[in-house]
Amino acid sequence: MAHVELRSITKKFRRHTALSDLSLDVADGEFFVLLGPTGAGKTTTLRLIAGLDAPDSGSILIGDADVGKWSAAERDVALVFQYYSLYPHYTVRENLEFPLKSKHRHFSAEEISSRVGRAAKTLRIEHLLARKTDRLSGGEMQRVSIGRAIVRQPRVFLMDEPLSNLDAKLREILRAELKDLQMKLGATFLYVTHDQVEAMSMGDKIGVLNHGRIVQVGTPYQIYNQPRNTFVATFVGSPAMNLLSGVMRDRRVVVAPGKLEIPVQGEVAPRLAPGTERLTLGVRSEDVIVGPGGGLEGQVYGVENHGVEKIVTLKVDEHLLKATVPARMAIAVDSTVPFTFNPSKLRFFDAQTGANLGSVKEEVNHG
Amino acid sequence: MADIALRDVEKYFGDNYIIRKLSLEIQHREFLVLLGPSGCGKTTTLRAIAGLEDIDSGEILIDGQPVQSRQAADRDIAFVFQLFALYPHLTAYENIAFPLRATKEAKSVVDQRVREVARALRIEALLDKRPSALSGGDMQRVAIGRALVRRPKALLMDEPIGALDAKLREEMRAELKHIHLQNEATTVYVTHDQVEAMAMADKIAIMNEGVLQQVGSPADVYQYPANLFVAQFVGSPIMNVVNGAVRPGDGCTRVMLGEDDAVLRFPSELYHKVVEHHHAEDEVAIGVRPEGVLVARQSTDGYIPVEAHIIEPLGPYDIVDLKFGKQLLRSRTASGYVEKAGDVVWARLDEKQTHFFNTLTGESLQIRL
Repeated sequence: MAHVELRSITKKFRRHTALSDLSLDVADGEFFVLLGPTGAGKTTTLRLIAGLDAPDSGSILIGDADVGKWSAAERDVALVFQYYSLYPHYTVRENLEFPLKSKHRHFSAEEISSRVGRAAKTLRIEHLLARKTDRLSGGEMQRVSIGRAIVRQPRVFLMDEPLSNLDAKLREILRAELKDLQMKLGATFLYVTHDQVEAMSMGDKIGVLNHGRIVQVGTPYQIYNQPRNTFVATFVGSPAMNLLSGVMRDRRVVVAPGKLEIPVQGEVAPRLAPGTERLTLGVRSEDVIVGPGGGLEGQVYGVENHGVEKIVTLKVDEHLLKATVPARMAIAVDSTVPFTFNPSKLRFFDAQTGANLGSVKEEVNHG
Repeated sequence: MADIALRDVEKYFGDNYIIRKLSLEIQHREFLVLLGPSGCGKTTTLRAIAGLEDIDSGEILIDGQPVQSRQAADRDIAFVFQLFALYPHLTAYENIAFPLRATKEAKSVVDQRVREVARALRIEALLDKRPSALSGGDMQRVAIGRALVRRPKALLMDEPIGALDAKLREEMRAELKHIHLQNEATTVYVTHDQVEAMAMADKIAIMNEGVLQQVGSPADVYQYPANLFVAQFVGSPIMNVVNGAVRPGDGCTRVMLGEDDAVLRFPSELYHKVVEHHHAEDEVAIGVRPEGVLVARQSTDGYIPVEAHIIEPLGPYDIVDLKFGKQLLRSRTASGYVEKAGDVVWARLDEKQTHFFNTLTGESLQIRL
């Protein structure tokens, strides 16, 4: 196993810049998720590491070696794609053996058989070894694709949205299986997805990518609780974080005068540059607390049942915001309900750039 | 303004049933979601209501009148598809106004109706644009506008937001529900996405392999699933299901997970209820949602020690895999409550949230403690 490092990578396709000045550090044995919307540059990054494309500038290190001049085969990384690239007329066993029988490798028959056996056991596909791959379900095919990567015992696993073609339930099961597999193998995983739930649930670390640039790298907890800007704040988490634009007046964020004013005194106050008063207030739905004594009032615009809880959309003036309430709470559309915010969970962003301004409290904590 | 009723509707190709003995009542102004995996017959059912598909037996009634012999156009129903079927050479305005062209309404009336619908859908600023200049979400809004402008009795939608990305789907979900409430039409909505169904429906009808499994409010199907299929199709993360047994104990019922991998104490009435409902068999499938697996950090009465495995931090809460002996059960805990894999914590199942199913048929034993 090996760590992977990208240093100031830039990649252009004609006039389109796919990646600009991208640096990234994936530790040995880490499950690193690269998260971003379509077109962010996630797949391009994987292809550069795999050696399928070359960067225009910057360097790529695997282990401690600069692999810029190495061929794809020499890099010894395994790629698993969204579409299972299996040989349809061959059995599962033959598909698993295939990567071990290439000209560059010289494995004994025993070694091949033992590696295939171990991979099949790990992935619980031993009972399928004799079956042709075109007779497998989607989930089984994806397990075999992963098996083909495992048998090679590569230094790094690169995964490009391997679960996105599967249905929701199967995705949920395989998510846990993949994480389990990575822990068992102690392998380095670089996993690409546009699905924030996958990223949060599997990643030791998440790198959020947008327009070819890394926006933030952190643990799922950091990304969720301290998003660096409004892009991360709304891309991670469901429902998306509520964003309200307001002005600072007299130690209050005023979103709608007289109707939506939030006191932000003391440690909670945003670190606004002198002379600035406009800002964007961010608050997650679970930190909007509906109930008596709330101090604020909103009209119920919609109620969504989510099983264990409900998500209520509140309307204050022309502003809509979402609140999470327990499933048992009876709440009628068009009724007026009191609510408040959890003051320690308010986030403040620059009105223009969207950058997280931080609060006075963090300033205190960080010296 | 319509009540819709399906009575013993069947549809088959040769020996293959697409829909089997389907009966369903949809009340005026109700938002009914037909939910199921692909191939379950939900779209065929929707198309049969619209008149786009014939049925082999049974009856479809709109406001009490059988409509099988009526053409789709005569049923006064509007249909919205997953793929926005807009005229590319017409503007958004012209696309929305299109269904009114045949009605010979005065221009001013048409204009008023189009603008009314556009306001409700928040696309007033886009009316001069052609579809090619619109985003996916806006195209779908225009398609819905075109359906609403006729003020149909019922609005039928086939995965209308299935092609949009996750964030946009979330927004559109709330908007569609709001439009439904404003519009006062009956809505029948097809989806395979249980989150969508739970979030939007007044009533959910869950189908599998052409057979209706359960009809009920979102809270009903979530809390009281009729069988294992519904139990595991609705809700995310999936309901934990473990085969096990119930045995009479000392002032309690002992619930064994797996082959006595873990033994949990339940109220003594449970054993009697299981035997009563279950032909004296004590083998059951035990189902519990992650929020029904209660966790404590210290040894607590009634809780048993379990080892934490994978922890999924999802933001507002964590999903923690717990090893009850060999059985893995997922629990929903406060964020960061269980620190790391390998930690030992104490757990029990909340009896009010534990379900018991017949292991052979998958039917719920309907035991409520």
